[in-house]
Amino acid sequence: MTTATTTPDATDVSSGSVLLTLMKLRTFIALFAVIAFFSIFAPNFLSTANIILMSKHVALNAFLAMGMTFVIITGGIDLSVGSIVGLCGMVAGGLILNGIDLQFGFTVYFNIVEVCLITLAVGVAIGAINGLLITKLNVAPFIATLGTLYVARGFALLSSDGQTFPNLVGKPELATTGFAFLGSGRVLGLPVSIWILIVVALAAAYVAKYTPIGRHIFAVGGNERAARMSGIRVDRVKMFVYMFSGFCAAIVGLVISSELMASHPATGNSFELNAIAAAVLGGTSMSGGRGTIGGTIIGAFVIGILSDGLVMMGISSFWQMVIKGIVIIVAVVVDQAQRRLQQQVTLMQLAKKG
Amino acid sequence: MFPVEDDTCVLRLEDVTKVYSGIVAVRHANLALRRGAVNVLVGENGAGKSTLMRIIAGVEKPSLGRILIDGEEVEFHSPADAQRHGIGMVFQELNLFGNLSVAENIFATREIMRGVRGIDHRAQVEKANHFLDKLDAGINAETLVEDLPIGQQQLVEIAKAISLDTRILILDEPTSALSAAEVDVLFKVIGELKAQGVAIVYISHRLEELMRIGDYITVLRDGQITGHAMVRDIDTKWIVRSMIGSDAKDFAKSVDHRLGEEMFRAEDICLPRKTGGLAVDHVSISVRAGEVLGIYGLMGAGRSEFFECVMGQHAHATGSIRVGGVEVADRDTSRRIREGMALIPEDRQREGLVQALSIASNLTLASLDRFVRFGFHIAGEREQSAIQSAIRDLAIKAPNPDFEVTSMSGGNQQKVVIGKALMTEPKVLLMDEPSRGIDVGAKADVFRTMRRLAGEGLAILFSTSDLEEVMALSDRIAVMSNGRLVAVIDRKDATEEMIVKASAEGHKTTRELAQ
Ligand SMILES: Nc1ncnc2c1ncn2[C@@H]1O[C@H](COP(=O)(O)OP(=O)(O)OP(=O)(O)O)[C@@H](O)[C@H]1O
Ligand SMILES: [Mg+2]
Repeated sequence: MTTATTTPDATDVSSGSVLLTLMKLRTFIALFAVIAFFSIFAPNFLSTANIILMSKHVALNAFLAMGMTFVIITGGIDLSVGSIVGLCGMVAGGLILNGIDLQFGFTVYFNIVEVCLITLAVGVAIGAINGLLITKLNVAPFIATLGTLYVARGFALLSSDGQTFPNLVGKPELATTGFAFLGSGRVLGLPVSIWILIVVALAAAYVAKYTPIGRHIFAVGGNERAARMSGIRVDRVKMFVYMFSGFCAAIVGLVISSELMASHPATGNSFELNAIAAAVLGGTSMSGGRGTIGGTIIGAFVIGILSDGLVMMGISSFWQMVIKGIVIIVAVVVDQAQRRLQQQVTLMQLAKKG
Repeated sequence: MFPVEDDTCVLRLEDVTKVYSGIVAVRHANLALRRGAVNVLVGENGAGKSTLMRIIAGVEKPSLGRILIDGEEVEFHSPADAQRHGIGMVFQELNLFGNLSVAENIFATREIMRGVRGIDHRAQVEKANHFLDKLDAGINAETLVEDLPIGQQQLVEIAKAISLDTRILILDEPTSALSAAEVDVLFKVIGELKAQGVAIVYISHRLEELMRIGDYITVLRDGQITGHAMVRDIDTKWIVRSMIGSDAKDFAKSVDHRLGEEMFRAEDICLPRKTGGLAVDHVSISVRAGEVLGIYGLMGAGRSEFFECVMGQHAHATGSIRVGGVEVADRDTSRRIREGMALIPEDRQREGLVQALSIASNLTLASLDRFVRFGFHIAGEREQSAIQSAIRDLAIKAPNPDFEVTSMSGGNQQKVVIGKALMTEPKVLLMDEPSRGIDVGAKADVFRTMRRLAGEGLAILFSTSDLEEVMALSDRIAVMSNGRLVAVIDRKDATEEMIVKASAEGHKTTRELAQ
C-alpha cells in the first residue's frame, strides 16, 4: 500500500479516536463547559466565596448521589433519601433542643457527638428497613422505598407538628453546643462538609474497586442469579447498599440543619431526583451493573453548578428546570452514541492494521 | 481452496473479514453453502464459526467482503433482512423471551392475526404444537419459556427456526444441551429439510454427530478457513487434526489413586414438580474423596434438578446432605458454597456469568476471599496471578482479561464458568454438563483438570448426556431416569448397553441405592 492512500485513512481513524476520547470524557467536558460558561456570563461566579458556597451545595447532592450509585448498581433504586434527610434533620434538632422526654419528669440529653451518632444510626436504620423489605419480603425497590419515603416524611412532620426546630445552638451545661461546626466550620480553609465528602467519597471509591463487597455490588446488579450461584450473599449486599444510602442521607440531614441551625420537616423534598440525575449523568446504568463513584461526583458537580449558575444569571426557576432536564437527556444520548462510536473506531483501526 | 461454483450453491461468502475491538474474528473467508446438503463447520473455541454465521444471518455486518445469494450480491442490515431472503438461525446462546409463552416466542414478530381482533392465540398454539411435536419435544406451547430447562429451550429455538420455512437454516451448536434421543429426532427432521432442498449449516463440537449428519465440512482456524472436504472422505481424526493441528489428546484416564473417606452423601432427595409428581424422586447417593461419579441420563431425567437441590436452590426440596460426614443444615446456596460445595451450572448465561463484568472479575467472583488482605482489601497481584494461571490452565482464548466476558466465544465463556468454580477450591464439585460447547482440545484439558482435582481429594459429580464421556471419565456411573436413580454401576462392570438400557428404564421399579 502506498503512503498516498494510507494517509487519509490514518487521519480518519485518528479523528474518530479523538471524538471517542472526547465522548469518554463527556462528563468532564460538561463540567468544564458549565464552569466556562458561567464564569463568562455570571458575575462573581469564580470568586472564592461563590466557589465555596457552590461546593457546599454540590456536596449535599453528592452525598446522596453516592449512596444512590451503589443502590442503582445493584439494580435497585432508593426514593426515600430525601425523606431520610428531613427526618434525620428533625432527629438531630429534636435531640439538641428537647432531648428525649422519659414521661415521668426526666429528660435525657445527649452531647453533640452522641446526637450526631444517633442521627446517623437513624439513617442507617431506615436504610436497613428498606433493605429488609426488599430482601426478606421481596418488595420491589421502587415500591419499598416509595413507602418509606412517605413514612419517614410523615414522622418528620409528626415530630414537631410540622413546625421548625429553631436555633440549635445548644446549651453548654448539656454539652450540646458546637453543632454549627458541621455546617459552617472550616478546616484548612475548606468547609467541614467538603472534608467529610472527600473522606466518604474516597472510602466509597475504594470499596467499589478494591474490596469484595464492592465487586459483589456490581455482580448482583449484573446478574443476580449468577451472583447467588457464585456464593455471593446477595441479601447482605443489598442490605449494605441501602444502609449506606441511608447513612449518606443522614449526613446530609445533619449538615443542612447545622448550616441553617434549624431543622425543618420538609427539608430534602425531592432530593432523591437530583441524586438519581447526578448518578445517571456520571455514567451509572439504570439497569444495574455499571457505574463509578468518581463519575457520580462529577455528575453532581455539573448539576449543582448548573443550578447555581443559572440562579446567579437570574434565569427564572422555570427555565432552570427545563435546562436541567435537557442536560440529563443529552448526557444519556451521548452515552449511547459513544458506545456505537467506540465499536466503529476500533473497527476502523483494526481493519487498517490487517 | 474452495470448490468451484456450481448450481447447488445458494449462498457464497467472498473474502469476508470481521473485526471486533481487539481481535480479527474472521479473516478473508470464502465459503459456499449448498442446497439440499448439510454444510458442517468446525473449529476450536473462538475460531470464528459463530461470527461467520452471524454475518450470514444479518446480525453482524462484515467489515470487508461480500455476501452473494444465488449469485447476486446482497447486504443485510438486520436479521429481518436476512429472514426475508430465507435465512434462519438457531443461535448458540439462546435468544428467547423468558416471560412469554413458547408459542409467542415461536411467532414473535410474525404473529398470526385475526384482523383488528388482534393475535389469534389459539391458532398460534396449535401451529406451535405442530412444530414441537415434529421434534418430539414434549413441550406444551402454552408454557412460559423461563420455566423450561435449557435443553427444552433449545428445542423451542429449533422449532422456531424450522417454522420459518427457510431456504438456509443455520444451526449453531443446536445439540449442546440435548441428549441422544432428541438428537436422533432432530437428525430426522434435518433429513426431511435436506430432502426439501434446504441448505443447512451445522456447527457442533460433538464430532460423531458431524460424521453422521454432515455432507460437506469446512474447517476454521483462527478466523481463517483452512480446509474443506466431503464428509464421506474423512474421519474424526482428520477433523481433529485440521482443527487443532495435532491429534486429539486422550481423555485423561483415571490414575490409580486410593479413594478416601466418604466426602459427600445425599440422602433421600425429593423435589416435587409443579405439574405433580416428583422431578427428583428419592435420590440417595454417596461419593468418596477422590472419586469421580458420572451421572448419565436423558433430557428431563432430573440431573440438573438434583444438583440444584444439593445446592439449596429449591426451598421445597426435602432430604439431607452431608459434606465430609457433617450434615449441612443451611438451606441457601451461598452458605452451601461456603461449606465446600461448588456447582458449574448448566445454563451459563443465566446462572454462570455476570455479563456486565470483565473476564477477570467473572473468574474470581466466587473466590474473592482468597485474595483478601486485612479482611477487606483485594490484593491485586495475587488476583492477577490467579487469573493468569486459570487462563493458562484452561486455555481460555482471551485477548485481554479486562474485556467484557460476552466478547468471548461461547466455548470460552464456558471455560470461564468452569474456571470460576475451580478457583473456589471446593471439597465437592458438581458439574452440570461441563463440556457444553467446548472443543475437543479444551475438553481434554477440562477432563485432565477434573482428574487432577480428584487426585487431590475432591469428590466430583458430573452429569453428561455423552456416553463416551461418562465411560471415559467416571469411577462410578449413576444413571438417572425420570427423576429416579435407576442404577449405579462401577466403571469396570459398565457397558454402554447397560447404561443406555438403564436410562430408558425410568418407569420400572428396579432401583439400586448407592452405598
Ligand atoms: N461481541 C464481540 N466483541 C468482541 N469480540 C468478539 C465478539 N464476539 C466474538 N468475538 C471474538 O471473535 C472470535 C470468534 O468468536 P466466535 O464466537 O465466532 O467463535 P466460535 O468459533 O463460535 O467459538 P465457540 O466454539 O466457542 O462457539 C473470538 O475470539 C471472540 O473473542
Ligand atoms: Mg460459537
